[in-house]
Amino acid sequence: MPAEPAAATCSAGVARRTTGPVGTLRLVAAVAGKDLKVELRSREILYTMALFAAVIVVVFSFSFVKDQKALVAAVPGVAWAAVVFAGTIGLGRAFEREREGDTMRALLLSPAPRLAIFAGKTVAIALLVVAVEAVVLPLCLLFFNVDLGAAVLDLVLVLVLGAIGFAIVGTVFAAMLLRIQSRDVLLPVVLYPILVPMIMSGTKATAAILAASDADAWFWIKFLAAYDCIFTVVALWTFEALVIE
Amino acid sequence: MLSSIVVEKVSKRYGDHRALAAVDLTLTAGSVCALLGPNGAGKSTLLGILSTLVRATAGTVGYLEGERRRKLDDRLRADIGLLAHSSLCYGELTAIENLEFFATLYGVPDGAARAQTLLDEVGLEPRARARAVRTYSRGMVQRLALARALLARPSLLLLDEPFTGLDRGGALALGARLGQAKADGAIVVCVTHDLEAIAGVTDHVAILVGGKLACDERDPAGYSYAALRERYHAHAG
Amino acid sequence: MRRYLVPLLAACAAVGLAGTLYLVFYVTKLEQNLFFNQKIFYWHVPNWFMLFSMVFLCGGASIGYLVKRDPKWDDVAFAAGELAVLFGAIGLVTGSIWGKAAWGHWWIWELRLTTSLILWLTMLGYALVRRFAGPGSEPLCAGLAIFGMVNVPLVYFAVKLADKLGQASAHPKAKVVAQLDASMKGTFWLSVLTFALVCALLFLVRIDAIRDARRLRAVRERGLDAGILEP
Repeated sequence: MPAEPAAATCSAGVARRTTGPVGTLRLVAAVAGKDLKVELRSREILYTMALFAAVIVVVFSFSFVKDQKALVAAVPGVAWAAVVFAGTIGLGRAFEREREGDTMRALLLSPAPRLAIFAGKTVAIALLVVAVEAVVLPLCLLFFNVDLGAAVLDLVLVLVLGAIGFAIVGTVFAAMLLRIQSRDVLLPVVLYPILVPMIMSGTKATAAILAASDADAWFWIKFLAAYDCIFTVVALWTFEALVIE
Repeated sequence: MLSSIVVEKVSKRYGDHRALAAVDLTLTAGSVCALLGPNGAGKSTLLGILSTLVRATAGTVGYLEGERRRKLDDRLRADIGLLAHSSLCYGELTAIENLEFFATLYGVPDGAARAQTLLDEVGLEPRARARAVRTYSRGMVQRLALARALLARPSLLLLDEPFTGLDRGGALALGARLGQAKADGAIVVCVTHDLEAIAGVTDHVAILVGGKLACDERDPAGYSYAALRERYHAHAG
Repeated sequence: MRRYLVPLLAACAAVGLAGTLYLVFYVTKLEQNLFFNQKIFYWHVPNWFMLFSMVFLCGGASIGYLVKRDPKWDDVAFAAGELAVLFGAIGLVTGSIWGKAAWGHWWIWELRLTTSLILWLTMLGYALVRRFAGPGSEPLCAGLAIFGMVNVPLVYFAVKLADKLGQASAHPKAKVVAQLDASMKGTFWLSVLTFALVCALLFLVRIDAIRDARRLRAVRERGLDAGILEP
């Protein structure tokens, strides 16, 4: 069968490649784009995640108030706790939503490679987490009375790397748990221990940036990047092994 | 294009519940197979196995192109179209957006134009096409789902209760569309309780009872409503 | 021969445990700093050895399963994973008791403790998934075990490098075993051997049970498929 079966029977239009690296990237973009488009229409997951994260930041910062000022040392922990918890909710909801209309089945039924489908979902979730971080960061800066100046960009980098790490590991685990009973409870149980290095390096980097010690901050940023790379490789390998049945 | 599908000794078990037991069935191109049977007989399960999404616990399914056996890979799925109980479409997107998305996944060229053509064929009114699918009635969702199944010109068309939610005119149109697919050389398998609607185009009757194949008959001249009813009552009571 | 292995191991382990207890309480000298409290060391350290060996066995068997697709590898991973949770739990509890006696805290966030805790939590998650995931989840569990294994060095280095500038670890250094007095050393290694026997014993018993359950399921499935058995 030719790579583009429809081209054999259709006279009009140009067939766009869906095979090979370019084709796969195009499919990833299509799936991610679809996820984001669906999300933007209802904005349900986005609002839930953002509100949940905001509530966590407010409650935690309130708990650490002393002399009417919130303790700056608490910022890294508060920020990352908010991101991870809100992210887990978003992760669960994103896969749950594919159950309405049974669209997960539609995706798996298509000739798109499984890897492309889940890579697309990873991209979408990473962007959702970044959106949540865009809420968490200003709130933290506000409530904890922190002025960073140009160092904010470093912090943004840390948050983005963290979002990527979360999305990769989270999507792989959520995908692995798709057909399992009790998936909602099991996802955080199995996911959080694996996220520990990410959370640790994220908080350490954040603390270093707040304390204006650049060397430390860049060390942890590199560690976080290494975490992302290592688990991308592991995810790709196990995914392939899991899919080949 | 697939020329035939050979189901050999296929069984499917969900835990303790046996859905299918050693089913043997051959489907050929250019035919419409009516898969009948009482509720819980295993019809949807068999359809799931044919779609490659469900793995049989025993037995094999061969997808043949002439003499050659197709590999069960991504490209095979491009030739399979499914219409299921659920819509398989995204409620937040419009009909056009849904079809364009799936057109990208299936590598169908010129997705937008093909979407419009198909929606004309299935009879989805133009004003509804730019509305979100979650605002559609059951019949409209059914039409969209059919368009989605036909998108990539599949050589295996699987339909699970396609006539539910359709009015008389819609059912007739669907029947005609299946006849057209048959004329184009596709393999069509239709699970349904609506014997009247399927009667005009069926030339292969398979009746599942309790996971076993109770009847497997072919007649190139086709089956009338009365003939189908008689077969059904003979085997499925 | 296999039939005799389990009772033999059980007998040896029983003797070993009794012997170790006797030696620990009656023969070994009291340690200078902690006196009586230090004796828990004879139980604590071997349990950590067992935890780490079971974790790597589980991870290795999981890789083997994904590569070879032979259920025997999966049985090994299953048994090893459960034992990792067991020995890890004992290690954490005994370590906590020792910590309270030695440093005055039930818990501190230092390198080895943190890594071990995260590792134990990962294996706990693994055991839970195995219990609740239902049939057909073997490849998924193998993937989990591999992720957990890769995670270990990452956690270790994260904590180690974070502590770089912090205070020196309160945990006794690794060299402590080599510096032991002769009688203590002997007892220590006997204790390790005993726990290795207990671990091997539990492993054999568990893997037999797992294998039998799997074979029974397979036979039952074949019967159901052939229509011989009615559900």
